[in-house]
Amino acid sequence: MAELVSALNNKQISSEELTQLYLDRSKQFNDELNCYITIDEAHALNQAKHADQLRADNKATVLTGIPIAQKDIFCTKDIKTSCGSKMLDNFIAPYDATVVEKMNAAGMVMLGKTNMDEFAMGSSNETSYYGAVKNPWNKDCVPGGSSGGSASAVAARLCPAATGTDTGGSIRQPASLCGITGLKPTYGRVSRYGMIAFASSLDQGGPMTQTAEDAALLMNTMAGFDAKDSTSAAKPVNDYTASLNDSISGLKIGLPKQYFDNSLNPEVAKIVETAIKELEKLGATCVSIELPNTELSIPAYYVVAPAECSSNLSRFDGVRFGYRCDDPKDLSDLYCRSRGEGFGPEVKRRIMIGTYVLSAGYYDAYYLQAQKIRHLIRDDFTEAFKEVDIIAGPTATGPAFKINEKLNDPISMYLSDIYTVSVNLAGLPAMSLPAGFSGDLPIGLQLIGNYFQESRLLNVGHQYQQVTDWHKQVPAEFK
Amino acid sequence: MEWETVIGLEIHAQLATKSKIFSGSATVYGADANTQACAVDLGLPGVLPVINEDVVKMAIKFGLAIDAIIPERSVFARKNYFYPDLPKGYQISQFELPIVSQGHITITLSNGDQKTIGITRAHLEEDAGKSLHEGFPNSTGIDLNRAGTPLLEIVSEPDMRSAEEAVSYMKKIHSLVQYLGICDGNMQEGSFRCDANVSVRLKGEEEFGTRTELKNINSFRFVEQAINYEVERQIDILEDGDEVVQETRLYDPNKNETRPMRSKEEANDYRYFPDPDLLPIEIETVLIEEIKSTLPELPDIKKQRFVNEYKLSEQDSELLTSQKSLADYFEECVKITNGNAKLCANWISGELSASLNRDNVNLEDINVTPALLGKMINRIIDNTISNKIAKQVFEAMWNGEGDADSIIKAKGLKQVTDSGAIKKLVEDVIANNQAQVEQYKNSPHDKQGKLIGFFVGQIMQQSQGKANPKQVNELLKKKLDN
Repeated sequence: MAELVSALNNKQISSEELTQLYLDRSKQFNDELNCYITIDEAHALNQAKHADQLRADNKATVLTGIPIAQKDIFCTKDIKTSCGSKMLDNFIAPYDATVVEKMNAAGMVMLGKTNMDEFAMGSSNETSYYGAVKNPWNKDCVPGGSSGGSASAVAARLCPAATGTDTGGSIRQPASLCGITGLKPTYGRVSRYGMIAFASSLDQGGPMTQTAEDAALLMNTMAGFDAKDSTSAAKPVNDYTASLNDSISGLKIGLPKQYFDNSLNPEVAKIVETAIKELEKLGATCVSIELPNTELSIPAYYVVAPAECSSNLSRFDGVRFGYRCDDPKDLSDLYCRSRGEGFGPEVKRRIMIGTYVLSAGYYDAYYLQAQKIRHLIRDDFTEAFKEVDIIAGPTATGPAFKINEKLNDPISMYLSDIYTVSVNLAGLPAMSLPAGFSGDLPIGLQLIGNYFQESRLLNVGHQYQQVTDWHKQVPAEFK
Repeated sequence: MEWETVIGLEIHAQLATKSKIFSGSATVYGADANTQACAVDLGLPGVLPVINEDVVKMAIKFGLAIDAIIPERSVFARKNYFYPDLPKGYQISQFELPIVSQGHITITLSNGDQKTIGITRAHLEEDAGKSLHEGFPNSTGIDLNRAGTPLLEIVSEPDMRSAEEAVSYMKKIHSLVQYLGICDGNMQEGSFRCDANVSVRLKGEEEFGTRTELKNINSFRFVEQAINYEVERQIDILEDGDEVVQETRLYDPNKNETRPMRSKEEANDYRYFPDPDLLPIEIETVLIEEIKSTLPELPDIKKQRFVNEYKLSEQDSELLTSQKSLADYFEECVKITNGNAKLCANWISGELSASLNRDNVNLEDINVTPALLGKMINRIIDNTISNKIAKQVFEAMWNGEGDADSIIKAKGLKQVTDSGAIKKLVEDVIANNQAQVEQYKNSPHDKQGKLIGFFVGQIMQQSQGKANPKQVNELLKKKLDN
């Protein structure tokens, strides 16, 4: 994306040409990969023409004219926002999400809306009403989820960059499985307004790009306080590109014992260790640290997230918008059938779990207990960051798995989130970087930063990408 | 068997803000359906609530006025249930950490007794929309203008022991929120309404009986009727040896009865949990001090001042301070009459209140301004008219016929004070009623007063009420006692 910025600046190409190029690729490969739910060619070309005009008038910002794909969880005015669900197959929001609004204001061009797990619930992109997304490295495999459409599209170079959202790893895990760079910012750094809520206290939008530098460029546009989101942070925003080239000599990296125990996939372990050695070569030092409550993060997450989702998804009732069943015979029938027919099985499962854990008599045993664990996990990280600058480890438990392999085994699917969910429970920023291959499938390195230390993460990622070329690998078919 | 009634009230006071509690939509009453509902009020996907800071200040005001605890931190919670006029499928309310807790107020009963009623808590919440069942065959209309309107729910302790106490408490809160300027108190428009929790137990019993909850009552009279009906109903059940069922009931004012709405079994499990879209409200002492300094004079203090400053009775002071507007009216009137508080109080609690009740109108909407009333009272003081004639003048002012002076002039109501004219009237009446004169003269002294009244009445009739009654009395006595 950084190269495209200079190409546009040097007038080697116009935004309209660039946009057409990506639209053509997107249309050509979407049948195979199913990355997009919506491609809006006319809208994109209009925005591109506008961007070219801005550039001609010297009113361009850095990203003016750069095409991007939006995860279909971000509301876009006058363009369908489905959230991967039959429930919202007919939903057109009368407003833009703040993230979309900011990108529009920067003169960026939206190619379309990317596929995702239904309401962002899933780690494989198989729960989408619009069908599974394929991994461009191996089309029998999943791209990860829930931001699988975005990850697959960036990996196959159907767009220069995309947005994602991360509630328990939904940016980082697909980034790892598709061999791209994905950043989940600190909770509150990017506005959630207009981003359809899954679990409000965990959800965070972020960039999915080829490089850390691209992620920094996008963060400069996405991040910032939003008066429309009470949970957004009032802290000033850094120029994330400013520190990309800083030396990482002296950087202290923490390696959590609990991430590198016997249960870690040996191939993943080898790749992550090699990546860490690269960082050491750049002057970083490593220490072993403890995150003692790591194994509690999965049960805590699968109480908190469903609890919030059960309430957040109550508004989908067939009354004001979205799917409504045919010929409801009374109010109860309207609710039961609209929701029964409009939601898929994974969403229903989580609504049921969430409703259960909030019920009278169970609230203390589940929800309150999970909140206590959440505090413990946060405290673990706070302790760790007294000693180290960043924490490194694997992003996912392994490479991309086969489509249908885990679909009917939700527990095993949930357990594969072990390295990502605790970051959401604590509200920290974290990034996945391409770090190698297991066979033909990419593997990611995860870096976790302290609160609002996105610049640090991007700096380390960028330095790593100056000495490695994993991020430059493109699946043969999509070169 | 002697039964004791136990009542607790949950009052919903709509806060008088310009915009809603979590969105920028207007809160004006009576707009066309769904014209005051934005994406946030409609609960569209992705939208988020942002607290209107005015509601926090208003709740703090109330907390200070009832001498309550205002904690540093309070939390919004989601109350989850499905209903078509509840757009998000949950109501944003407060549960475990309300903004106001442990306050109290003192009520005065009709026999003059005072009683302190505890207020457990007051919390902020959003109102739901309205479901309209009429005019929509086979369907329901939804108006979301009201959705997101800010409410302060004021929950009392079960401290009341009769419908009279409940009404008195409700009136006191009604007066207080208007004094504070945080609620317009309009009960017809639903700005002030209550739920009553009612149970009965044998006198002397410590444990509460099973309660029922009477929902959404929007007048003082209905609260009294609903509670009285419900108490009778529960006593009948218990005296028959049956058990009261814990349930929610609706009061039907047309039939004067309560009817079951939903039982305990059908009750929702609201699955309260802290709303992750809203940060806890953090209240600094500075803000509380700042709000404290802006509090108006509150009813109890004003009442005491009226007793001390204007030398009024407790009863008159209670009545005059029951509404801020009435107290203001009174004080303006007193100013115009150069401090004749007693006469002003009499006219306001008498003729003015009676007229307001008779025509069912508000103080703000009448022709008789405090200036008009004050000037009329001045004409009583300077003997231009008698108190009795003043009632005619008042009636004319009430009907918008102008000020006292022009009415007196137009209707020729000026009092006759010319002693020659009065002397003539007295002599005539004595001459024409010799039988009564004889009777008077033969009566014992203590019976004469009544007969004097006869003569005064005759003279007033002759003079069409315009003869100065004091002069008439004096002259009559002089003549008759000769």
